[in-house]
Amino acid sequence: MSTVFIALQTNEDTRPIIDAIVIDNPNCTVNRQPAMIKIDAPGSLTVRRETIEEQLGRAFDLQELNVNLITLSGNVEEDEDTLTLRWNS
Amino acid sequence: MDMKVAKKKLALKEKYRLLTRDLGWEPTYQNKDEIYPYTKYEGIRIHDWDKWEDPFRLTMDSYWKYQAEKERKFYAIIDAHAQNNGHLHITDARYLSALKIFLQAISPGEYAAGKGFARMGREFPGVGTQVACQMQAIDEIRHAQTQIHALSNYNKFYNGFHAFADARDRMWYCTVPRSFFDDAVSAGPFEFMIAIGFSFEYVLTNLLFVPFMSGAAYNGDMATVTFGFSAQSDEARHMTLGLECIKFMLEQDPANLPIVQGWIDKWFWRGFRVLGLVSTMMDYMLPKRVMSWREAWNIYGIENGTALFRDLARYGIRAPAGWDDAEKAIDHMSHQFMLGLYQWSFGTALHSWIPSDDDMAWLAKKYPDTFDKYYRPRWEHIKKLKAAGTQFANYGLAKLCQTCQLPIVFTEPDDPTRSAQREGEYKGEKYHFCSDGCQHIFENEPEKYIQAWLPMPQLFQDPIGGDLAAWMDWVGLRNGKDNGDFDGSEDQKNFDAWRAMATSNQ
Repeated sequence: MSTVFIALQTNEDTRPIIDAIVIDNPNCTVNRQPAMIKIDAPGSLTVRRETIEEQLGRAFDLQELNVNLITLSGNVEEDEDTLTLRWNS
Repeated sequence: MDMKVAKKKLALKEKYRLLTRDLGWEPTYQNKDEIYPYTKYEGIRIHDWDKWEDPFRLTMDSYWKYQAEKERKFYAIIDAHAQNNGHLHITDARYLSALKIFLQAISPGEYAAGKGFARMGREFPGVGTQVACQMQAIDEIRHAQTQIHALSNYNKFYNGFHAFADARDRMWYCTVPRSFFDDAVSAGPFEFMIAIGFSFEYVLTNLLFVPFMSGAAYNGDMATVTFGFSAQSDEARHMTLGLECIKFMLEQDPANLPIVQGWIDKWFWRGFRVLGLVSTMMDYMLPKRVMSWREAWNIYGIENGTALFRDLARYGIRAPAGWDDAEKAIDHMSHQFMLGLYQWSFGTALHSWIPSDDDMAWLAKKYPDTFDKYYRPRWEHIKKLKAAGTQFANYGLAKLCQTCQLPIVFTEPDDPTRSAQREGEYKGEKYHFCSDGCQHIFENEPEKYIQAWLPMPQLFQDPIGGDLAAWMDWVGLRNGKDNGDFDGSEDQKNFDAWRAMATSNQ
């Protein structure tokens, strides 16, 4: 199965987002590199707004991800509640 | 009374629909083909432009909001960098060479991409495509500007930064990315999207921006990591646009497949040649290294590229034609290019150097099959020449590839002891190439590439007439300051002196 990934800057904004991604994607692997975090997952990875809000303690617009996003891989599907990355093979 | 309350916020899909609604009106007094004259000649067939949708569904209000937030963060850090002697916090002054390559060769490419996307935002008939291309045009100009602003702080203290705009047009190693972008911008709109949106953004920018920027952070360069990640936060959107564009073409008509595959083959190889510069920055120019070029290629080239091409196989797409040759080059290219930079260092607006024993031990560990066997002996020989006071310099003119414009510095895919050179004839003129990939690209569009401006023939034209000093003036290179060996350079002396002042009261 192909690996999808999302990479975020290391900062206070992304700490709860990363926690949320790990909660929602138990298969994922978190790689910590200087100034950035790259999260790999087999086949697909889903980022959920609700889980981020629980971790963050406030309302969160998923498009806020744009501010700290470094890169991603896979086909993107996004609506107001989830952002999913997926390879179709 | 049970009253239905209007939803406070519009759903994302609805918001995006409203943004693009009415923008795609049917023209009444002009013919669509005349409004969009460039969408047919490349042979790509599109039946329904409404099938194009931006998966991020970013509307203008959100776009400005998030971009403004990125800019505020960026300028806060750039101010802090300038106010806190940020130019002295880098690991050592060798690192500056990577920044000089970035400013001279890569930032102007961002600007060129901005021009290209502005044009595509006008030329594509689909509303979703127009909006996405216009946002990307603004992004690319922002990248060029933030990079120039961030690096202007270094220009106050160090050599080699001042003439980047001239270097972009005239310096031999800068014409490599320049010709890449000129080639893309002068192509049709669909080919442009494959060149920049797909090959460059999706397949290659991860290698350029992600591990190198993480390396900038590792080397204490607050300014560069900030512009790098600020730019890269837009790239996720750009990559998605590139991938969507390719899927859109392939889904619209099966006849598009061979055209698209041809462009993937071409632009993968064009991009791979530009990455020769990046491989050298990663393996040699970062004093502290996060990962080697080979390790970065394994993650972002092999793993991610394989996943991508496996995904696109359902449309009939296969890996690019040069994929295997690229793999064979990975363990050699950074060493071959750094040896090239060193032997021509009198003609570079950056410093190069002989790797230290420590660096060579690291290179040997990261390249167990190639470094000690092929490259250490050459560096040791060059080291001996330097110790004897006869520093190795190659004043002969390099033979350039007519397609990628790199000098012939790379070797045969299956024999790292033999320089790779190809030759072809067109209309009675002889042309040289660095590889099969570049020769094929030329042969598909010879009329385009015979017009290429090459830096070496320019040496014999006005205003240079074969004079090295006149050439240096013309490219904005100050002899003895901007060029040559790092060892003994002004940058080295100044950095050491200023850092010593910053840590003592004497």
